Amino acid sequence: MASDYAIIGGGIVGLSTAWGLLKRGLRVTVLDGDDGSFRASRGNFGLVWVQSKGMKQPRYAQWSQASAAAWAGFAAELGDATGHNLGLEQNGGYDLHFSEESLEATVADYEILKEKLGGDYPFEVLGHNALRREEPAIGPKVVGAILHHQDGHANPLNLLRALADDVRRLGGQVLNGKQVTHVDKSDLFRVSCADGTEVQARKIVLSAGLGAMSLGSMLGFRAPIRPQRGQVMITEKLPKLINRPSLIARQTDEGGIQIGATNEEVGLDDHVTQTGLSGLAAEAVAAFPALAKAQLVRSWGALRILSPDGLPIYQESPDMPGAYLVTCHSGITLAAAHARFLPDWLEGTEGAPNLEAFSEDRFALS
Amino acid sequence: MHNADLIVIGAGPAGMSAARRAAELGLSVLILDELPAAGGQIYRNVDRASTTRIDILGKDYTHGRTLTKALHHENITHLKGAVVWQIEDGTRVAFTQNGKAALAVGQRILLATGALERPMPLPGWTLPGVMTAGAAQILLKQSGIACQGAVLVGSGPLLYLIATQMVRAGVPPLALIETQTTSDLTKSMRHLGGALRGWPYLVKGLRMLWELRRAGIPRHVGAKHIAIEGDQAAQAVTFNIGKAAHRIECDAVLLHHGVVPNTQAARSIDIPHRWDDAQNCFVPECDVWGRSAVATAFIAGDGAGIGGAKAAALAGGIAALEIAHDLEGIATSDRDAAARKLRKQLDSERAARPFIDAAYPPYAGAIAPPDETIICRCEEVTAGDIRRFAGLGCLGPNQAKAFGRSGMGPCQGRYCGLSVSQILAASNKASLDDTGYYRIRPPLKPVTLGELATLEEPDMHEAQK
Amino acid sequence: MKTDSPFREIDPQSEHVPVRFEGQDLTLPLGENLAGALLVAGVMPFRHTPVSGAPRGPFCMMGACFDCLVQIDGMTVQACMLQVTEGLEITMPAARGAADA
Repeated sequence: MASDYAIIGGGIVGLSTAWGLLKRGLRVTVLDGDDGSFRASRGNFGLVWVQSKGMKQPRYAQWSQASAAAWAGFAAELGDATGHNLGLEQNGGYDLHFSEESLEATVADYEILKEKLGGDYPFEVLGHNALRREEPAIGPKVVGAILHHQDGHANPLNLLRALADDVRRLGGQVLNGKQVTHVDKSDLFRVSCADGTEVQARKIVLSAGLGAMSLGSMLGFRAPIRPQRGQVMITEKLPKLINRPSLIARQTDEGGIQIGATNEEVGLDDHVTQTGLSGLAAEAVAAFPALAKAQLVRSWGALRILSPDGLPIYQESPDMPGAYLVTCHSGITLAAAHARFLPDWLEGTEGAPNLEAFSEDRFALS
Repeated sequence: MHNADLIVIGAGPAGMSAARRAAELGLSVLILDELPAAGGQIYRNVDRASTTRIDILGKDYTHGRTLTKALHHENITHLKGAVVWQIEDGTRVAFTQNGKAALAVGQRILLATGALERPMPLPGWTLPGVMTAGAAQILLKQSGIACQGAVLVGSGPLLYLIATQMVRAGVPPLALIETQTTSDLTKSMRHLGGALRGWPYLVKGLRMLWELRRAGIPRHVGAKHIAIEGDQAAQAVTFNIGKAAHRIECDAVLLHHGVVPNTQAARSIDIPHRWDDAQNCFVPECDVWGRSAVATAFIAGDGAGIGGAKAAALAGGIAALEIAHDLEGIATSDRDAAARKLRKQLDSERAARPFIDAAYPPYAGAIAPPDETIICRCEEVTAGDIRRFAGLGCLGPNQAKAFGRSGMGPCQGRYCGLSVSQILAASNKASLDDTGYYRIRPPLKPVTLGELATLEEPDMHEAQK
Repeated sequence: MKTDSPFREIDPQSEHVPVRFEGQDLTLPLGENLAGALLVAGVMPFRHTPVSGAPRGPFCMMGACFDCLVQIDGMTVQACMLQVTEGLEITMPAARGAADA
C-alpha cells in the first residue's frame, strides 16, 4: 500500500518532519541509511539557537525564533509520549568575546537586525563583571558577552531517540539500512533501494543531509550543498560549572562539558586532528580557566550541511512536483518548526509558512 | 618534538623485541609506554621482582628479563609513563608524560598495545571486589598483593595460572567456577594434532591442573546462570551445574574467559578489522609482516591476534625486519632469511592455539546476558537497553551509542564494545562483520584540556627519559 | 585505619608513608601502585558512579576500565596508573552530573 509520504533520510530533520506529518494522520515511510553513514544528527552541538542567524536574511532569524518558541511544547509532547527527557533549557545563551572591537561590531549588527524584526530580538550586552556574576567560572580574557534570551540547548541524542521511538509509535514505517538508488514517478512516486526494497508514495521529502549531493539531481533539485567539518570535544562529567551555553562551551545535562567547534572545508572528512583539538582546548581554557584540569574523554568530527549562504533550503521540485528538498544546518533548532509548521507547507494547507526566502531560486545565476 | 625512524607504542614482549631488532639494524627507536617500567602486562615489573614473587610466578615470567635488558641500546629511547592519546597520518603521535603533552614523529609506527580481558558481563559484575583474573595477576606482579577469599569464574589457561600462583602464594582461591563444557572439549579434539605439536603448553596446562588438585581447590565445571550477589561489594557467586543450584560466599570474584586484541589504537587510525570466528574477536587486517592498510603502521603481538608472549616477541622481530627493510637497513635476502627462522618458531608457538580456543570458548551466558546485566560499565547501559535499541532500528553500535550512550564513557568501549556488537548482531540476526564496532577517535586515553592547549604553544618541553 | 581487607601484601618491600583518602589518615607503601595500596588498606569503594551513584573499585588494574578513578589535586586520575608518594590528598571524584548540582 502506498504511503502519503516517503521521507528519504531518517535523521533529526527527516524524523521531525515525519512526526509532524504523522500527527496530521498521514501515512509515512522513512528510509534511513546504515550505521556508518555520516550523520549530523549524532555529531551536533545541541544548541537551540537564535542569535547570529539570518544577519543578512531576517526571514531566517524569524524562522529560527518561531522554532525556538515552539520548542518547549514540542519537547513536552514528545517527552510525555516516549518518557524521554529532552533536557531542554531555554534560559538564554552567550556570544562570548575576547576583544571590545569584535563585541561592538556584533552588537551593531544585532541592532540592525533587531530593527528589521520590528524590535523582537531580546538581547543584552554584558561587560566582564556583569558576565562574571552570571558565570562565576568565566575567565579574565573574556571582555564581555551578548546574552540573547531566546537561546537555549537540549539533549540532541535524546531528541533523536525520542523521535525514533514516537515515529514508530505513531504508526510510521521506518526502514533502516536502505540506500536509495532510484526514484521515478508516474501516478505515484516509486523509491527503489539497492537491496531491492521499493516504496510507493504520493509525495517525497528528501532530508538526507549530505545525501542530497547525490540524490538531489535525481529529483530535479540543484541541491548546492557542501560539507563543512566541525570538530567537537567533550569532557568527563563534572560538577556544575557553566550555567548558560555558548558556541565555545556548554555543560550538557549529563554533566560533561561540550566544547566546539572548528569550521573546516575538508570535504567528506570527519576525522579529528591534534591541531584542531588543541585549538579548541586553548579557547575553552581561555573562556573558562577551570577547564584546564578537566579530562577530555572523547572527540568527534561532524559534517555540517551547508548551502552557499548557510540558510535552509525548502524547495518543491520543478521537474517532479510533490518531491520536496528539506535541508539545513540547524536541524536541532529547527526541529520544532519542521515538526509543527513544515507539514502545512508540504501539504499546501492554509496557514502554511512563507518559505520563499529559502527556495533554490536564490541560487540562480543572474 | 621527538623524531625517530620507528616509534613503538607498548613495551611488552612484541614492542621490546621489535625495538631491539630495529635498533640492531641501525634504526633509531622511540618507545612510548604508559607504565613506569618495561614489560607490558605479562612481564609487568619483572625487573624489580623479589625472589618470593619469582618463586610464585615462575620461569615464564622471569624470561621477560632478557627482553627488558635488551632495551639498553644506544639507538633506543624508552619514555616511561608516556600515555599516547592520538595518532595522526600514521606517523605523528601525541602523548602526555609527567603532565606535559608532547609530539613524536616517526617514519614507521609499531602498535604493540597487546590485549585486554574479554568483557564478561554478568549480573553484579560491577560490584567492588569483582576484578578480572588479569587484574589479580597484575596485583601480584606489580605489588606482591594477593586476594583472600576469592572465587575464580570463567574459562581458559589463565584462570588455572592465576589459581596456581595464588596457591603458591599461600592464598588459595576458594573455588574455580568453570564455564567450558565437555562438548567444548569434544569439539576441540579435532585440533589435537596442533595441540600435540605445541606440547609444552599442554604439559604446562596439565601440571597446573595437577597442582590445583593437589591443593584441593574445588572445580565446578560446566557452570551456567552465573551471577554475583552483593550490596556494596561482592559477597557471593551463584551458579548452576546441570539442574543443581550453587552459592559460594566470597570476598572477591576474579573473572576471565579469554583475552582479546586491544584494538583502540588501530581503529583510531581507521585500520580495517575483521571478525575471527575461532578467537571470537575482531582482529586488525595485516599482512604477514604485520603491516596494516595504513602503510606506515604495523601491528605485532596480541594486538594483532592472540598468541601469547613468546609469539608476540617473534612477531615483533618479524615486523622490525620489514620496517628496517622499508628504511633500507637490511637487504631483502637477509630480511627473508632472518624472517624464515622467526616464522618457524612462530608456527610452533601458535600450534596449540586452535585447541585452546576451542576447548575454552567464551562463556555463552556472558555473550548473551540477561536483560538486567550492565553492559556499558561507564554509562550503566544494560543488555536489555541494547536489545531495545536494536528494535528501534539500530543496526550497529554507533547508532546504539547515539541512543543510549554506551561507549561514551572514559573507557571508550574497551569493556563493552565486543558485548554491544555481539548483542546487536544477535538481535538483528546479522554477522559481526556486518554489525561492526564503535568508531574510535582520540583521545585514546584522557588528556586534560590544559595539556592539550600546551601543544598550541611553540615552546614544547622535552619529555623526560 | 580502614576495615579489614581481603587484599594482602605477601612480601612487603617498601617503607610506608602517610597519605589521606577522603580525609582519613592511611599509611601506604612508598612508590608502590596506588590502587593496589588502597585495596590493601581497605579502601572500598573508590568512587560512586556519576550516573547512578553505584559503588565502584578497581576492575582491570591496567588503566583500561577507568573504574579506579580518584581525584588528586583537582584532577580525575586512575589510581592504578599512579605510584604512592608522601602526603597524597586523595578524594573521590566530584563527578556528579550537572542535574544533581
